[in-house]
Amino acid sequence: MDKIVIIGNGISGVTAARHIRKNSDSEILIISAETEHFFSRTALMYVYMGHMRFEDIKPYEDWFWEKNRIDLKFDRVEDIKTETKQLVMKSGSSINYDKLILALGSKPNKFGWPGQDLKGVQGLYSFQDLEMIEENSKNAKRAVIVGGGLIGVEFAEMMLSRGIEVTFLVRESKFWGNVLPDQEGALISRHIKKHHVDLRFNTELDEIIADENGRAKAIKTKDGEIIECQVVGLTAGVSPNVAFVKDTNIEVERGIKVNEFLETNIEDVYAIGDCAQFHQGVNGRRNIEQVWYTGRIMGETVAQTVTGKRLAYNPGPWFNSAKFFDIEYQTYGWVFANKLEGEADYYWEHPKGEICIHVVWDEATGLFKGLNVFGIRMRHDLFDKWLREGASVDEVMANLSTVNFDPEFYSHYEKSIVDQFNKETGRNVELKAKKWWRNLIGS
Amino acid sequence: MKNLKYTGMVIFLIGLAIFTTTPFLGNVKMTETIMVESLNEQELANLEQPLKEQLIDKEFSSTFGFSRAFIAIYNAKNEELKANEEWGKVMWTKASSVALNLSRASNNSVVTQNKWLFFLLTFGLGIFGSLMYIIVDLKLKGPPGIKNDGIYHDAATNRGWIGILTAVWLVTFYIVLYFHPYIMADAISLTDPIKGLFKQGAEASQWFLYGLLYCISMLVMGVRMYIKYRHNKYQIVRTTSVLFFQVIFAFLLVEILPLFGLPGRDLKNAMPLDYTFLYKYNIQELLDAGQFGMFLIIWGFVLSIIVVPTLVYFYGKRWYCSWVCGCGGLAETLGDPYRQLSNKKMWAWKLERWLIHGVLVFAGILTIFVGIHTFTSLSGVNDGEGVSTIMGISAFDVRDWYGFMVGAVFAGVIGTGFYPLFGNRTWCRFGCPLAAYMGLVQRFKSRFRITTNGGQCISCGNCSTYCEQGIDVRAYAQKGQNIVRSSCVGCGVCSAVCPRGVLKLENGPEAGRFGNEGPIVLGNDGFKLNQ
Repeated sequence: MDKIVIIGNGISGVTAARHIRKNSDSEILIISAETEHFFSRTALMYVYMGHMRFEDIKPYEDWFWEKNRIDLKFDRVEDIKTETKQLVMKSGSSINYDKLILALGSKPNKFGWPGQDLKGVQGLYSFQDLEMIEENSKNAKRAVIVGGGLIGVEFAEMMLSRGIEVTFLVRESKFWGNVLPDQEGALISRHIKKHHVDLRFNTELDEIIADENGRAKAIKTKDGEIIECQVVGLTAGVSPNVAFVKDTNIEVERGIKVNEFLETNIEDVYAIGDCAQFHQGVNGRRNIEQVWYTGRIMGETVAQTVTGKRLAYNPGPWFNSAKFFDIEYQTYGWVFANKLEGEADYYWEHPKGEICIHVVWDEATGLFKGLNVFGIRMRHDLFDKWLREGASVDEVMANLSTVNFDPEFYSHYEKSIVDQFNKETGRNVELKAKKWWRNLIGS
Repeated sequence: MKNLKYTGMVIFLIGLAIFTTTPFLGNVKMTETIMVESLNEQELANLEQPLKEQLIDKEFSSTFGFSRAFIAIYNAKNEELKANEEWGKVMWTKASSVALNLSRASNNSVVTQNKWLFFLLTFGLGIFGSLMYIIVDLKLKGPPGIKNDGIYHDAATNRGWIGILTAVWLVTFYIVLYFHPYIMADAISLTDPIKGLFKQGAEASQWFLYGLLYCISMLVMGVRMYIKYRHNKYQIVRTTSVLFFQVIFAFLLVEILPLFGLPGRDLKNAMPLDYTFLYKYNIQELLDAGQFGMFLIIWGFVLSIIVVPTLVYFYGKRWYCSWVCGCGGLAETLGDPYRQLSNKKMWAWKLERWLIHGVLVFAGILTIFVGIHTFTSLSGVNDGEGVSTIMGISAFDVRDWYGFMVGAVFAGVIGTGFYPLFGNRTWCRFGCPLAAYMGLVQRFKSRFRITTNGGQCISCGNCSTYCEQGIDVRAYAQKGQNIVRSSCVGCGVCSAVCPRGVLKLENGPEAGRFGNEGPIVLGNDGFKLNQ
């Protein structure tokens, strides 16, 4: 019987383990140096903010693992000896494997800023970061957050929930500028400011200044401004957590190099999730994907391969979601920060400025390419179908009522969205009455 | 702003403290006239002598002290009669209710002399202070949106010392209300002025005090719901609905109908939650009330047998539990701060299924016993006494057991008293037989479900944490499955707290109601889903 060892108990590793168990009787061992049990990384912020306790962000009760014969080991892997298929553990023991899945996750980026390792300076990724932020934010009055993306917003929300003021430094001229088009960036920026965040664009961190105890007491921007603060949040993205793999035979570039089957250069060694780097991005995606959903899909996929049904990573149409303070965001298909050549787009925003949708299609053919939506919930499965089947933008717009996923009694804006769409684009779409959405899925 | 909030809390606490002190403010002296006026013939015959010797014109500093002395005399007399087997003379009225009546009549305390003043000092300050505490959240908690910050850091809402104290207060309140109402005679009397608004000079009962307190708690905490969920129309509409049904149907109509000589009944209270409906005295009273009474009898059956399951089929049991029901209404308003405390573990779900269906069976047995008794006595069997014993068990005993264990202890003391420890739906989840009945319909034959939005779940756990019914919503959502559970009351909070827009309460065709049943969540084209 095979012994499958998974390093990392995040969403990728745990999904892989669950699906291996569905498909086989192999011995399964998950090793983690972070926590004894799987937790939802995206929910760490809620523990700090007091919405939940740590035990509430564990998706499975503790008995789950034994019941499903998934062994857990709370220890750190120091080295991987691929010739003998052995793991050298920090505790001194060694563990043999037949197949090894690396699901090592990421670590926060640090770009060599002076003072980046001072006390009070941290990223937000791991359970240890959560413990540290609790410590670092005690008696803090102001936090400076560096890097305008999703984790930065989470960090800001956390600080504000404890009454700590926030200065938010964004290197670009707009918020989450490499992902969001201008209009959405502006909408989110307004919302962040509404929450009394001191949001600064075109501002870069120069150095972090220490007090006499080696703790951060201020930062200096490239413009020479000094901002006093007790916490510095480094949230300028994450990169694969692969330091200890670099000394092994496994090929590492930025991440662990894998083919579309998630196989590394070493037989019986696989990599999934944040730490995997594809030789070539699959289906036009980036070659490193650091998203909850892609980690889960890779876990589902590699489980098939290691249990004898070799399967290529083949994610469906791109989707993602997030929440910026009070505004929810969903995206389906591709809406790039700057639209590509040949693409047409349409943007609608509610007069109050907190709800919007942004639709992109191929100008020549009318093929629907993607949509960003803020403040309205929409149905994933319907977009998935439209994107796979090549629906036209007209079909999408006509069915906006059906694709709406907001709770009952919510106000609907489809009419005004479609009217303005027709006016601006000269197209002639008639909004269809809401249909039971399964009828559209089935048809 | 913060100071305003604290001031509101202090004012509320002063009102609460005065209310809690009223039992110690009594000044009770029973005169012979009061005794003669308040007791019935049999009681008078039995008790006149010992009362004259031991109680008349004696002063007590609380209704509690007076009542204990009275109850001792009452019980001693009854024991004596029983020992002598003088069954015809034994008194069957509860000693505590007789004691309450005498206390009310003989009390001449500062409270009873200044009822309006004390109403304002208790209810008035309580309402004013709590509204102040609540309304500043409009500014304090920032723009509309889910604001659950600090819930698990707050001793009031994380089973900390404030929560424990609150639970102790509530449990004590319920024990006094159900079993020792004479202790709160003063508190009851301060609601006389309100009762008087309905009928001049009428005196409030303990149930009037309770009903009034219930409505006011719901209204005040309803304001809190309106503020907390002002971004969420489902919650706004739903809160309005429960407030409407409580205030109009459960309170006002019950008070107003008798003014027109009609039986005051809560028209929305469905069997078997309403377990006294088939009791002989109730049916008799309705029969005596002419056409309207007849209508109430027929409505009672139509409601439970036709309306309830039909609406559950179309909308799920939420139409009742979180839109109409009084117990649900209190849970959704006063209980909302405690919703996260429900237990989500697998063992709790197992316990839930045993308990709630056990109560349903118990309620069924009660219905059979009581139904046979009422029907046979009204048809004149045994000279109108009817059949009260089946298989050696007395219908009256079954009534007493159910009334004590389910009606008082489970629904009241545990159901509400333990809000701050076990969460706000303990009764609805573990005990309510109507919820069990509707749950069976909802699970097996209904158009209702909570739809999971494809593969968007990030397993964060907000939905499960804030499910007052202890459903592990995440367990379904993270697999892309819809949530179809008998216990779901459709409060909609899972959907509200979800940061990724994953959950939606919906009514739709039964086909495909359970959603994705494959092991793979949407988003992975390496697999074929549902094929």
